[in-house]
Amino acid sequence: METVYVICVGVLTFCGVFLCLRGRTFSVVVGLTMLSYAVNLFLFSSGRLSLDGAAILGMADKYADPLPQALTLTAIVIGFAMIAFVVILALRARADLGNDFVDGSEPLDSDKLVKPNRGKA
Amino acid sequence: MTLHLAILPILIPMIGGLLMLLPPFAGPLRYQYRRAGALFLMLTQVAVSVYLMYVVVQNGAIMYAVGDWRPPFGIILYVDQLSAMLVALTGFLGLAITLYSFAGDDREGKYFHPMVQFLLVGICGAFLTNDLFNLFVFFEVLLIASYTLLIHGGGKQKTAANLHYVILNLVGSSLFLFALGTLYGITGTLNIADMAMRVTQLSEGNQLIAQAGGSLMLIVFGLKAAMLPLHFWLPQTYAVASAPVAAMFAIMTKVGVYCIFRVYTVIFGEQAGELADMIQPWIWPLAILSIVAGTIGALASPNLRTLAGNLVVVSVGTLLIAFALRTPEATAAGLLYLIHSTIITGALFLIADMLGQQRGKALDYFVIARKMKQQALLGVMFVVAAMAVAGLPPFAGFLGKLVVLQSATNTDYTAWVWSIILVSSLATIVALSRAGTTLFWRNTPSHDAAESPGISKWQLGGTGLLLIASPMLALFGASVIEYTNNAAVQLHDIPYLLEVMNLHGDAQ
Repeated sequence: METVYVICVGVLTFCGVFLCLRGRTFSVVVGLTMLSYAVNLFLFSSGRLSLDGAAILGMADKYADPLPQALTLTAIVIGFAMIAFVVILALRARADLGNDFVDGSEPLDSDKLVKPNRGKA
Repeated sequence: MTLHLAILPILIPMIGGLLMLLPPFAGPLRYQYRRAGALFLMLTQVAVSVYLMYVVVQNGAIMYAVGDWRPPFGIILYVDQLSAMLVALTGFLGLAITLYSFAGDDREGKYFHPMVQFLLVGICGAFLTNDLFNLFVFFEVLLIASYTLLIHGGGKQKTAANLHYVILNLVGSSLFLFALGTLYGITGTLNIADMAMRVTQLSEGNQLIAQAGGSLMLIVFGLKAAMLPLHFWLPQTYAVASAPVAAMFAIMTKVGVYCIFRVYTVIFGEQAGELADMIQPWIWPLAILSIVAGTIGALASPNLRTLAGNLVVVSVGTLLIAFALRTPEATAAGLLYLIHSTIITGALFLIADMLGQQRGKALDYFVIARKMKQQALLGVMFVVAAMAVAGLPPFAGFLGKLVVLQSATNTDYTAWVWSIILVSSLATIVALSRAGTTLFWRNTPSHDAAESPGISKWQLGGTGLLLIASPMLALFGASVIEYTNNAAVQLHDIPYLLEVMNLHGDAQ
């Protein structure tokens, strides 16, 4: 179980970081979402993974730490609100700036800079 | 009242801010009610925080268990002299910018005053809490308020800067949670005092993990504090924000600095065994490079607001030097400098805005433009702010820098600290005098200044409040230094903290 869990968190974090480094707001927003999923899973595991553990004393032989569940819940709520905000902000930026690049303008593309001159010369 | 005094600086702006969203205050036409409400809340906040400071000085630090859940299990608010001082500083700055915004900035959007109140909730909460996860929550509160405040007024530039700011801080929040999860997984607690006790008992393998978690947290705090290399967002963000917002943001970098002081003094301080002072080797070069980068940025700035933003980076670097020295004296010096630099950089943003309003399209850019209507008044304010921020004698900036320099004598780094701080001060003076020369003396002769708007009494009041604070700090320098000294000693005194929290090393 641990291995699968670790791989899930790792892959999600990797995808999240990769997408956050992209140039367009859509992929960055998706990346932030993935990053917050990875974080939630990670927080959940900070109380150690255990099966059939009860969160209330006296209910079972094995106990699970209830605090990470509370932390994860809080993190989910906050993360959700923040993602909602960034989606609206990205839409606003698309409208205000006229494109969906995080930097507000299309990066200079070396191909496009060279090609037009080639035909004319 | 006194029983719940510790939580009042959080409750007042929270309840007040929520009430201001309701009918008697809501709506575009009722801005007068909102102004009255905001002023009332700010005055109450200042009064309560000053009283809190007084109580803490008289009776020692306060431990407030929210919901009466005892440490280490519940969420704890811990008010020592340091937190009380910073809460009072936040309230004071909030009062000044609220006064300033009455001139018209608050009418550019409907929710300016409620949002400032929510920002205060977050900032005061971050200063008061003694629980790492709670710190995260208050960070998010202050961040979401700052996102909306930053875009207040609207416009292309603000949207672009805000997008960067939001994305950076969301990544920062994720990192914060990763760090929290790591530390909680290893120590099994989120209470800062309890964690300070637990990190000494870790096995060797776990120490490495705790070190990773602690270092990850430095990235988060560094991002908030605009420490090099995480400072690139700051000058642009502060330059596009509307003036009262930018001035209020002057305290937000200090939240990051405060967290560095708190976490790395209490948890990873000198009593932490193997992990003692683990980030200190990192802080030294970063602090010095922050000052260098901020100074170069100040010299290269095209307008006054960007210059002020770069001076914020310089002040953060100076504060980090005070942190890196790791003595109570140095911390005390840093705290003195912190109060002063927050107030004065805030005032600089306000002055830049007033200048801009009287220079037509040139705004506060360093170009030749028409003569200002109230040249003399603005000039005096600019000179006072410039001298204070550069650290020239009659103002508290001089005192702050002097004390930082003094505390750095007889250490291995004396030469570094002295040369960097003094050279950076000189460069700041050069940058500011260049700025002032262009802004005030290089005018186009033809234009008539009469049509530009005069400074309103609110703007004058808000800025004046901040500017007067600087000579006041110098005038009452002895008692301020005594206070920051006590605050620093209290911060470094971990056994005292454990005693207030009623935590003991042997209790498991």
